[in-house]
Amino acid sequence: MSLWAGVLIASGLVYSWKLFGHLVPERFVTSPAVRSLAALVTVSMLAGLVGIQTFSSPEGIVFDARVPALAVAAILFYLRVPFIVVVIAAAAIASLLKLFI
Amino acid sequence: MSGEPQSVKTLSFSVGLATGLYGISFGALSVAAGLDFWQTMALSLLMFSGGSQFAFVGVIASGGGVLAAVLSSWMLGVRNGFYAIRLAPVMNLPALMKPVAAQLTIDESNAVSLSQEPDVSKQRQGFWLTGIAVFVFWNLLTACGALLGSMIGDPSDWGLDAAAGAAFLGLIWPSLTRSKLLVLAVVSAFTATMLSAIVPAGAPVLLTAFVAVGFWLVEIVRNRK
Repeated sequence: MSLWAGVLIASGLVYSWKLFGHLVPERFVTSPAVRSLAALVTVSMLAGLVGIQTFSSPEGIVFDARVPALAVAAILFYLRVPFIVVVIAAAAIASLLKLFI
Repeated sequence: MSGEPQSVKTLSFSVGLATGLYGISFGALSVAAGLDFWQTMALSLLMFSGGSQFAFVGVIASGGGVLAAVLSSWMLGVRNGFYAIRLAPVMNLPALMKPVAAQLTIDESNAVSLSQEPDVSKQRQGFWLTGIAVFVFWNLLTACGALLGSMIGDPSDWGLDAAAGAAFLGLIWPSLTRSKLLVLAVVSAFTATMLSAIVPAGAPVLLTAFVAVGFWLVEIVRNRK
């Protein structure tokens, strides 16, 4: 398979998931049980992303500058600091720690 | 979300910009992996799903071949299908708009929409504004990254890896005030992290869906009693 073919086929396949979810019959997705499952799966997968983006690396699970950065972010969110300020603070803390450690 | 009167517009713009900055590193990595400028742009414009795109160029860079790259990006894209199932009844779109909304159905647009629960009109606004903001910034900055290439260096030097984790935490934060969802989130984050050490990239996030299914079954059983 050429690289271009791969780019286009993979893009089509990724899009097919997105479209599939929107086309599932309404009768099915409006059932309270299914809506509740979709909401739980969303929270679960996003929380999974937080874990992976904080602890995982090609070498396995590591505790590096990202961990204190996320801890500070959690405190700032708790204190109701605006979203973008928290994200910038997390990046600044991580990059400073990497500089000094 | 976190600040009291923070508008959906501000939140969507912030998320779009923060995610877009990650596009720089995608563009640079993609060119370094051996894709040309237009192949890199085709991924950001057509595939438009960060996780799948990083997986695609990551496999190519590691010499895994085009077929393996296609399969891993496809597998990583499954979660967008779950997001779409959550979004479809909220958005209640006419048939012609569904293919457009589908392309913008990604982690960030769904997460901002979720953070506006239970207000339906704000959930819709959050989805569209975030989807469009991320699309614009992601593509502009992918182009910058592809052109600048190796001049940028390692994105983690700028703390962008920590920023991504913090951004997703902020997006699920409003849900975490419900103790059931807080427990679900902690268990899911722990499970995904542990799995990331043993299964290929992409699989851990998908497998955490089973944690949600477990919680869902417990909920159903309890409601029956």
